[in-house]
Amino acid sequence: MATTTLTAPTEHACGPLLAAGHTACTGCGEALAAKLVLGAAGSNIIVTSATGCLEVFTTRFPQSSWEVPFIHSLFENSAAVASGIEAALKALGRQNEAKVIAQGGDGGTADIGLQALSGMLERGHDILYVCYDNEAYMNTGVQRSGLTPFDCMTTTSPYGEYSWGNKHNKKDMPGIAAAHGIPYVATASVAFPKDIENKVKKALTITGPKYLQIHSPCPLGWRSNPQLTIKVAKLAVETGLYPIFEIENGKVTKVRKVKTPKTPVEEYLKIQGRFAHLFKSAEAKEEIQKIQEIADRNIEKYGLA
Amino acid sequence: MSTTFIEGSIAVAKTVGVCRPQVISAYPITPQTHIVEHLSELVANGELKCEYVNVESEHSAASVVLGASATGARTYTATTSQGFLLMIEVLFNIAGMRLPIVMTCVNRAVSAPINIWNDQQDSLTARDSGWIQLYAEDNQEASDMHLQAFKIAENKDIMLPVMVCMDGFILTHSFDPIELITQEQADKFLSPFTPQYYLTPKNPLSFGTMVGPDGYMETRYFIEKTMQVSLQVISDVAADFHNQFGRFQGGLIDTYKVEDASLVLVAMGSIIGTIKDIVDELRAKGQKIGVLKVRSYRPFPKDEIYKALSHVREIAVVEKAVSLGYGGILANEIKSVFYGKPKTPKINGYILGLGGRDITIDTIHQVIKDSVNVLSEEKFIGLNEALIKR
Repeated sequence: MATTTLTAPTEHACGPLLAAGHTACTGCGEALAAKLVLGAAGSNIIVTSATGCLEVFTTRFPQSSWEVPFIHSLFENSAAVASGIEAALKALGRQNEAKVIAQGGDGGTADIGLQALSGMLERGHDILYVCYDNEAYMNTGVQRSGLTPFDCMTTTSPYGEYSWGNKHNKKDMPGIAAAHGIPYVATASVAFPKDIENKVKKALTITGPKYLQIHSPCPLGWRSNPQLTIKVAKLAVETGLYPIFEIENGKVTKVRKVKTPKTPVEEYLKIQGRFAHLFKSAEAKEEIQKIQEIADRNIEKYGLA
Repeated sequence: MSTTFIEGSIAVAKTVGVCRPQVISAYPITPQTHIVEHLSELVANGELKCEYVNVESEHSAASVVLGASATGARTYTATTSQGFLLMIEVLFNIAGMRLPIVMTCVNRAVSAPINIWNDQQDSLTARDSGWIQLYAEDNQEASDMHLQAFKIAENKDIMLPVMVCMDGFILTHSFDPIELITQEQADKFLSPFTPQYYLTPKNPLSFGTMVGPDGYMETRYFIEKTMQVSLQVISDVAADFHNQFGRFQGGLIDTYKVEDASLVLVAMGSIIGTIKDIVDELRAKGQKIGVLKVRSYRPFPKDEIYKALSHVREIAVVEKAVSLGYGGILANEIKSVFYGKPKTPKINGYILGLGGRDITIDTIHQVIKDSVNVLSEEKFIGLNEALIKR
């Protein structure tokens, strides 16, 4: 019978669960984050992926980087497919066989996949949903998403005489997830690998829906030096622009504090081409001030200072 | 065998229940609701051991059964019309991944204008999706077809999803005396689902990978080839069903008084019953007329249709759907059956009953009268002239 299934290369069986040899770009934050998530989760998992870079750079026929059972269906249904997997494991009495991890990028999670994710969270499926947030539709060529930050330049939110880039604030996706009354919501960053591992391990001990959003720089889309992925990610956290926290049963239980005196947002913005337009004119200073206010509000809201 | 006077939807739900689905997903849309409501009752009462997932859209309804089927569960869902259209992206995906899901498509018109009544535009819109599509004539057949559908879909040589299409309201909401299938009978007919490939850490496989120009075409080729193999399987399963239950509603097609007919009406679904009555009436008056039911629309049984109709002088295709810009969908396919054959009958196409427009005995009489008088035309029958002339 004809089949579209593939077996992962066995020579990597003892290596990382996301095998080397995939086609991610140099300095890809998402590839690093996914490898850390899998490593922390261990091999007794079934994973889904939304359409996007992750699925494209790991599953080019006839190869696959996934050393764990993997399924990619469509762009907006990673959470729904995972719901079906979890329901099937229960129905077949195989709940102890595997934990289910659903994955998606920021577009697949916060925009087109938000409805399916909301359904998964509301129905209480025992699934860890991981959003690799690189803040735009990178796979299609850096278009703006609901998680693109304010004033960020993308191919559909360009800088111009009448535009400072993305007009809208980044959607509070962790807040939306938490509003479903789920037991565990967390953010993380590829700058802090141990933290990712700890959060994945902790999430998988909790029964029910979990949401983890990992800040994952995309050197191509952010126009940053691929060698600086970790530095860029670290500055996002240290400026307060990407707050790192855990929300357990609706309450913020843990945050990563920022240093005092605080790191000005310019430090983060100036090493990325996507914000280069903010350093070209005197009036852009006001825009940088608006971004500083976003960071300050985060520091205030989550008690990061 | 005893019969139960029962609503079509409930009969279908009971049959699906004895097929022992392990995961059901459901999102409500009229007139599909009674089927999934009754299944939820069976689960609530403990009569059916099953994970019943109340999803937030039809897109997720299809995606949940996709994930569950890939994990090795027998799965079922049902929808209609707008819900069906919302699912279409996933339906192609399911077929491409060779997942043997069974779904009921309750046939209903599509918007705009919004209309909840019956025609067959919804399922025909997914004609090319890689799903096997079967159309039921009455509620007994609709009920029985679901048991057959699982057996066809899960056949190791097939592994394709099967859609059972039944006319909304006309079948789903009408009561009929039905011979219901018992659990024991269903278990005898249908073995447990044991897929060769499924998601498990014991054998980590990748499903739904990216395939470029070097391999994509072959995936379509294999589905097309399997569709041809399924022609035999659909016939065999109908024959097996006949053997065990003594009921036969056709395999790929069914014919009624076609053998010596000079005019044959071709159609799908519940309209067949109406046409049979007229065939009897006109036969009594000496007119040599018959009816051919297309039971399997995909795969399209062109050889069986040709064999049944090769002697016929006139064919009138009646259908409740339209390919806007090229007329009747089924009519054009029936015409293609005779391409390159030594003799081509006169083939007329008639579009009727759209959006629940009544198909009366008179409507069919009008078709027959027209068909005798014209040569190869396609027409809308039963239009409201007052609305057209406004």
